[in-house]
Order: sequence, then C-alpha cells, then structure tokens
Amino acid sequence: MRGNTVVGEAAIRAGCTCYFGYPITPQNELPEYMSRRLTEIEDGIFIQSESEISAINMVLGASVAGARVMTSSSSPGISLKQEGISFLCGDELPAVIVNMVRGGPGLGNISPAQSDYFQSTRGGGHGDYRTVVLAPASCQEMADLTMEAFDISDYYRNPVLILADGMLGQMMEPVTFENYKPRELPKKDYIIDGAKGRPSRFVRSLILNTKDMEEHNWKLMRKYKMITKNEIKCDEFMMDDAKIAVVAYGTAARIAKGAVKRARKEGLKVGLIRPITLWPYPSEVIKKWARSVSLFVVFEMSAGQMIEDVELSLKGSSEVYFYGRPGGVIPTPMELVKIISSQYYQKGF
Amino acid sequence: MKKVYSRPKYLKKVPMHYCPGCGHSIVAKLITELVEEMDIADRTICIPPAGCAVLLYNYFDFDCVESAHGRGGAIATAMKRVLPDRVIFTYQGDGDLAAIGTAETIHAANRGERFTTIFINNAVYGMTGGQMAPTTLFNQKTTTSQFGREMRRDGAPIKMSEMLATLDEGVAYIERTTVIDVPSIKKTKKAIKKAFQIQMDDIGFSLVEVLSPCPTNWKMNPLQSCKWIDEDMTKVFPLGVIKDITENKKVKEAVNAD
Repeated sequence: MRGNTVVGEAAIRAGCTCYFGYPITPQNELPEYMSRRLTEIEDGIFIQSESEISAINMVLGASVAGARVMTSSSSPGISLKQEGISFLCGDELPAVIVNMVRGGPGLGNISPAQSDYFQSTRGGGHGDYRTVVLAPASCQEMADLTMEAFDISDYYRNPVLILADGMLGQMMEPVTFENYKPRELPKKDYIIDGAKGRPSRFVRSLILNTKDMEEHNWKLMRKYKMITKNEIKCDEFMMDDAKIAVVAYGTAARIAKGAVKRARKEGLKVGLIRPITLWPYPSEVIKKWARSVSLFVVFEMSAGQMIEDVELSLKGSSEVYFYGRPGGVIPTPMELVKIISSQYYQKGF
Repeated sequence: MKKVYSRPKYLKKVPMHYCPGCGHSIVAKLITELVEEMDIADRTICIPPAGCAVLLYNYFDFDCVESAHGRGGAIATAMKRVLPDRVIFTYQGDGDLAAIGTAETIHAANRGERFTTIFINNAVYGMTGGQMAPTTLFNQKTTTSQFGREMRRDGAPIKMSEMLATLDEGVAYIERTTVIDVPSIKKTKKAIKKAFQIQMDDIGFSLVEVLSPCPTNWKMNPLQSCKWIDEDMTKVFPLGVIKDITENKKVKEAVNAD
C-alpha cells in the first residue's frame, strides 16, 4: 500500500471515525482515501473543511464530543493549525495530526523535507505545551505508529503528531495491520455530550487566576514527564562497535541506513541511531553511546534542527558533526558515505 | 400566591461580570428560560466565543465548550455531526462572527449545519476595550476609529445576516432582533425558540442576530444606548426576519408531517 493510504487505513482500524482536512500536496491521497473509507464506517464523518484552521477546530469539536479523530496536512497547513493544537493541549483533548512535511519556509516546495522538526517538537503554537511526535521510516511503521498514536493520544489526553514527508507518503510497501495491540484506556469522563444524568460541565483553556493557571501548567508538565518516562522509542543499527554514530530519523534514516551498510562494507565502524519518537527525545540512548562512540554525525533533510537535541543530550561530552540538505533535496546514501569516510579518516579512527 | 417570575433554573446562582445596561445578560437569561421551557437542558451544548461572553459557561447550567476566537462554527459543526440529537448553539459577538470567524461562519451556514448561532451585534469590540468592529457604523467613534469609521479606510459595516441569507437552502432561518424594551426582548426570545426548533426539526442552519447595547464602550448611559440602537443602529441593521425557509410550503409540509 501507499504510505498516505496506509495512514488512513491504520486510523480506521484503530477506531478513528472522524476526519477533517483541507487539500494540500503531498498528502492528498490520505483525505481522498478517508472521504471514501469513512462512508463505509458506521458514524463515519468526513468533512473537507474551508481551511486548515477550521479543520483543526472541527477536530477539537469531534474530540470533545468523544470521537476518535484525525486531520492531516503538510507544512504550511500545519502552521495554520497551530492555534488549534495549542487549544487541544490546553483543553487536554486527544487528536492525531499527520504532517507530510515539505520544503519551506513559506510555500517552499512539495519535496520531502524535515524542516518542521522545531515546530513539531517545541510546541509550534503559543504556551507551555508539548505534542508527542512520532517519526515513521517505513510504510509498516506508518501503520503501527498511526494506530498507536490514537491510544497514546487518548491515554494522555494530548495531541499526537505523525511526522513524515512526501517520500514516505508516496512510497509503496507491503504492510500488515495486525501488529496493533490496543491499550487499556481510561474512560472518557471529560467529554461534552449534554448533561444527562450528571451535573453540567465545560471544557476550556481559559484560566484567569494566575495561580490556577500555573497549577494547570505544572499539571501538564507532570503529564509530559510521564510521557517522557513511558513512551520513548528509538532504533539502533550496527551500533555495537561503532566509532561514528549517524543520528537520523524518518526518510533521512532510510538513506542513512544504506550509507551505514556501504561504509561497513568498506570496513568503517559506523552505526545508526534512529529516534522514532522525536518528542519525547531518546536522549538516554544518545548519552549511552557517548561512552564508546567518538563522533556523532547528525544527518537531516533540513539546515540542522534535531542536532540541537543531540547536543542537549550529549551536553558537550562528545563531538557532533552535522550534515544536512534543506529545501526538499533528497540526499543519496553515497553522498553520506563520503561525509562519513572523510570524517572517519580525518579523525584517525 | 402565584409565582410569575423567578430566576431561570439553568442560570447558575453567581453574579454576572457584565457591565450595567449590557445586552448579554438579557440574552443569557432568555436562553436559559428557553432551555427550561423546551425541556432540553440535558441535551443542550453551548459554544461560547472569545470576548465578553467567554465566561458564559460560568452562568449556564448545561454543557459548554470554549472556542478559540471565531472558531465556534467549526467546533459546532463537528460536535453536531458526532452528536446529531443534541441541541448545539454557538454564541458569538460581531468580532468573533463577522471578522476573525467569517470563513467558519459562512461555510458552516452554507453546509446547512444543524446548529444555531446567537449573534450578538454591539458594533464594537467589548472585552478588549472598545475597538472598531466589523459592524461599527459610519462615523461611529471607537478607540481605533477615533474620528469615526470611514469608508476609504475602514470599509462599510458588514451585514452578516443579509450575506448569509443569500446562501442556498442550507440556511433555514435568520432573524435580526434587539433587546431594548419588553416587546423587543419577547421577540428575541421567540426568535431564539424558533431557531432551536428549526435545528431540532433538522431543517438547516439558523441564526438570530441581536442588536445589543454596550453602554460602557459607547460612552452612553443604558437609556441612551437603547435609543441609539432604536434610532441609528436599526437604520443600518433593520430588524425583522431576513430569511425563513419554513415559510416555504414544502418545508412546512415536511415539518408538519413529523
């Protein structure tokens, strides 16, 4: 199946009944698929909204009414959704948001890019908040992570972002939807569906009393701490004797894997660390390898964003080298092999 | 002795923050009276706006969901689709509905979403301190149109109800009312009741625009404010039914058939 479609089918199988979105390349196969597939579902709701802003607020409405809901877009559209994402976090409402990242800033282009890392992992909108960010690197992972995203989102009552790009969205690979193990989730006792047989209640993010607002912020922070403790995912490849560790995620990690294999054939001791959750970030994994790895090569399809998290994890304990291609350029494995080997020999490993 | 008037059941017993002479408190009271009379408190959901009415959930004793500024139409759309048998209404000011939320409003109306919008038009941004609103009249002085609104700089006061009425069959009912005296308050209540009923009968989108006094930001006393609505505001925003497809014979038959 095609990546974009995989995300849609995975969502449906995870119990998503609502999709709201606005067309933007390179993710249009996803809303197109949902528009058809949701008609086959009882209570399925699909609306092509008038804007991204409207879409994310429809997401909020469906979420607060108790439904499993998803929206998707690409970079400029995700920028427009930020106000709504901030409200979802303040209201503590679940939602799954897919970003098929394209080159930026501005309209940029429609090529695969990773330049929305800051926006995704630092919040993106206003206020002290975080969203869980999952970065799949294959169609199978798109399926698994999309399904898990709904559970994570419901469990913590916080939006979850799936960060991919046009490459992953367009590629076709075989997938199974059988890996999903539904989590045990708390009852949705916060939803707004009319005060029948219970006192009336409301959902809001406005807390005018500063002390109460502060406490709400600390409450969110405690939640984020729990997410950090429980939800970090990271993949390691040929790391055991590695002198150089390439750190890359998503599409860049696929390229990096090819490069690591080639470098290994040339006899270079190189491994790959692939963060799957970008927030919470697998800092402990990076830190762990600092003892045996002499150089971390951060490889991104951006001008250098995740490198900040690598450096924060290492706190100066190891050397970091950056290689990136922004603007929607897809680097080749050979290009990266050259970088790796030149660093390898320069440092005299 | 017969009790002829009391505090509405679903109006919480807390003091309201509204200024003296403000129309919001009247409309809030009318809504809670209707919710009681129509016996729909256990299935009514209000979506308050950003602005003076942001704290409506502190007054309404039924479910409420906060909306970001202008986004009520989008939130109500999704909620009503997920919960089609609930009575859902947005409560929005002129800035919320006619400026920042214009797109959400027009498209929800055009899709014929089965929720109701209570549109409070007081020709000014109240909560933020009296700036020019999309509905501010020509020559009306506000903190951001200090010498009066003028066409070349500010454009004309926007007539949202008339604009929405041009949309096709999705829009079922639009009426403009006011709350400056007993008869107009009664008319407003009747209009909101009709709007709720149209929603419950699954006919289409319904909206009641209420010309509402804002003495604080108009720098008038409450009586002068009512007079200004009567003499000036209604010239630009005439009162009355602007659209009603239930007058249409077919719709009437369909409604009566149930």
